[in-house]
Amino acid sequence: MTNSIREIAGANFILAIGTNTTESHPIISLQAKKAKRNGATLVVADPRRTEMAELADIHMQLNSGSDIALLNAMANVIISEELWNKDFVANRTEDFEALKQTVAKYTPEYAAEITGVPAETIREVARGYARAKNATILYTMGVTQHICGTHNVFAVANLAMLCGHIGKESSGVNPLRGQNNVQGACDMGALPNVYTGYQPVTLEENRAKFAKVWNVGELPAKPGLTVGEMMEGAADGRVKAMYIMGENPVLSDPDSDHVVHALEKLEFLVVQDIFLTETAALADVVLPAASFAEKDGTFSNTERRVQRVRKAIDPVGDAKADWQIICDVATAMGYPMQYASASDIFDEIARLTPSYAGISYARLEQGGIQWPCPSADHPGTPYLHKDKFVRGLGKFNPVEYIPPAEQPDQDYPFVLSTGRRHFHYHTGTMTQRTGALEVHYGAEHLEINPLDAADLGVVDGDTVRVKSRRGQVEVKARLTDVVPRGLVFTSFHFPEVAINKLTNPARDPVAKIPELKVCAVKVEKAS
Amino acid sequence: MAEVTLTINGISVTVPKGTTVLDAARQAGIFIPTFCHDPELTRFGACRMCVVEIPGMRNLPASCVTEATDGMVVHTDSPAVIEARKTILELMLANHPMDCLTCGKNGDCRLQDYAYLYGVKTEPFGGEKHNYPVENDNPFIVRDMNKCILCGKCVRACAEIQGKSIVDFAYRGFDAKITPAMDVPLSESECVFCGNCVAVCPVGALQEKGLRSAARTWEVKKVKTTCPYCGTGCSFELNVKDNRVVGVTSCDGDVNGRALCAKGRFGYGFIHHPDRLTTPLVKKNGKFVKATWEEAISLVAQKLGAVKDKYGSDALAVLSSARCTNEENYLMQKFTRAVLGTNNIDHCARL
Repeated sequence: MTNSIREIAGANFILAIGTNTTESHPIISLQAKKAKRNGATLVVADPRRTEMAELADIHMQLNSGSDIALLNAMANVIISEELWNKDFVANRTEDFEALKQTVAKYTPEYAAEITGVPAETIREVARGYARAKNATILYTMGVTQHICGTHNVFAVANLAMLCGHIGKESSGVNPLRGQNNVQGACDMGALPNVYTGYQPVTLEENRAKFAKVWNVGELPAKPGLTVGEMMEGAADGRVKAMYIMGENPVLSDPDSDHVVHALEKLEFLVVQDIFLTETAALADVVLPAASFAEKDGTFSNTERRVQRVRKAIDPVGDAKADWQIICDVATAMGYPMQYASASDIFDEIARLTPSYAGISYARLEQGGIQWPCPSADHPGTPYLHKDKFVRGLGKFNPVEYIPPAEQPDQDYPFVLSTGRRHFHYHTGTMTQRTGALEVHYGAEHLEINPLDAADLGVVDGDTVRVKSRRGQVEVKARLTDVVPRGLVFTSFHFPEVAINKLTNPARDPVAKIPELKVCAVKVEKAS
Repeated sequence: MAEVTLTINGISVTVPKGTTVLDAARQAGIFIPTFCHDPELTRFGACRMCVVEIPGMRNLPASCVTEATDGMVVHTDSPAVIEARKTILELMLANHPMDCLTCGKNGDCRLQDYAYLYGVKTEPFGGEKHNYPVENDNPFIVRDMNKCILCGKCVRACAEIQGKSIVDFAYRGFDAKITPAMDVPLSESECVFCGNCVAVCPVGALQEKGLRSAARTWEVKKVKTTCPYCGTGCSFELNVKDNRVVGVTSCDGDVNGRALCAKGRFGYGFIHHPDRLTTPLVKKNGKFVKATWEEAISLVAQKLGAVKDKYGSDALAVLSSARCTNEENYLMQKFTRAVLGTNNIDHCARL
């Protein structure tokens, strides 16, 4: 997030696009509700009529995957009606002309055909966004999990820069991240192309810096494989062994059957987890890890706030903290890796990572700190891009709408979208075992519009078979107008409804994110 | 900003104009008991526990809704104030189950604390008592409206923190009750079981089902930590008894204040679930068998080393975890790059 979570309450205009905030980020949604109570305008762009959509002043129920057309049309209106922030564009950005040219054809009428959102609504929202004192854009996987995910984000950023709604309190571009430490895992360089703090592995000076502190001769220069590429590599024999820590790709990745097949082809698979997940079941060796309650450490949240995780109990059974297991494996492989505490590891991180340089466990005792925090006397950074962007001028990256990789057709006439439920989390490994959440919300269902259900002869509670070109699941139907005609929706929380058997692994070429939000399926009543 | 100076119990206190007498007293370190007041919620002025004596005023005003003014003289512990507070407590206790021996909130209950403080032991106003059935049909919250003192904090927390307004006051007089619309149980309402009402309840009317049946309030050690679910980063306290996590309670988080969602507050049961892996496992003939750490680690080291030697570093790939700590992710990429010699490391940021 470019802003802090609490700043959302101070926004005058909130555009929530592709975020089911009340279910996926309940506590962040409280800030949006607060803003609304303070008189803010809330606009929600989502194919489903979520609780957020119900709370909204305007719900733009766009067709799945048509975000760029919508966002470009808003830019079109803002430019043609001279509502853009001319000072900001002149002083803080470049390539405005390119944006202007690209969005010229995205008139609200043209976008209305693609998105299904009325042209007049697009105009109204564009004007509201442009004229607001503080306007914030919230988004999540509804924007990113598309083959054009990166371009969707560009379109969001273009809009924010066009109106100067970035680099100030309560105004910005705010992706709400889905996992407790997904921000931290990225910050720490658990990515194929960067070290900690996004320092590229391709730069000689970075490699030299890390090699020195890590006490090795040289470090690999070629960027590595992303998750999806690893699975392909495993399937085609380029990848022979994998070490998976705390992930369950069998249920979380698209086209599950392919993932299982790939992992089974490996010569060796080691999985380190707190449960015997669907992925761990395929392993040659399973290492029992400690849960968050059993170890010290830090998580970095979606607003870049580094916060302490504190050991409350001893590890269950013979489980060990993940960091201790990694040290043991490294040491057994001839690289002595030893730390007395998590705090010592953090100090090494701070030494190598400019944006974390000023953070220490001692400081974190006083509360969380938002990076960048370059020095011990720096208070941390509640919002980014205040006077300049990291690259200097903000660059408009004009983007064109492209349709989803797989469109409904005669054989597979519905769009399937997947997402999350309020009472569950990711692949359900934890939330299916709480003695409470799964008791309350114990079975998954498929949301289907009552008119579509009537066509199929399906009534509420019927078991239906959902099929894509890749796989099928059976699930009970829930008739609801939360979904429009032609769209069906369910979550990936329930192993018995392993919906990722169906989803499309087609990926965004830049970020390599799969298009989990759109694939074509057919729905039929199970006998 | 304009300031006012008042005298509370003979102590001169200067506060910004608009400050309540309650806040002015607290600023001066003077204790005033409250039930319905909460700094995060709108002022309600209902319970009257915070009454004070202000010469010149007709009666004893509630300090939580009385603005401090220049030259005001306040007595927080005068005989009239004490008498009033005792009477309020006696009236509350007259319609209270008095089952502190078995109540889950025993030891962390304001009604109990104030009864002790003011020596209120008896029920001079004995009479009819409520006999509502205890609502126990959901896995998260036990609602015992017999213990409710109608402070309305849960109503305001639901409306003002959670933005849901599931519960409100219903009925009149003796029958007044907090309830979802149509007086249905929470399980039949639109309640999302965030438990933020439980976090503000000053008595035993709303209790966490798991926590309050697992430990007495004084038996737990509380450890502040960060929620393991979504990316919001809420702070909460793990309640620990006998080396087991028995519950989660709110603390004042940087991000969330005291607010939590159902997953954060009630989703801790996985920690001690019998499915937890408690020993390394090695697959032999297609079946997992238990192994020692030494066996497992040396096997992993040997196999990864063999693949590296035979096929090269790029035949190895590592998935790190958005669920693990920064320190662990750091070490995992260090291990991948420095030991395995490849940049094939990623995690599920895209999923």
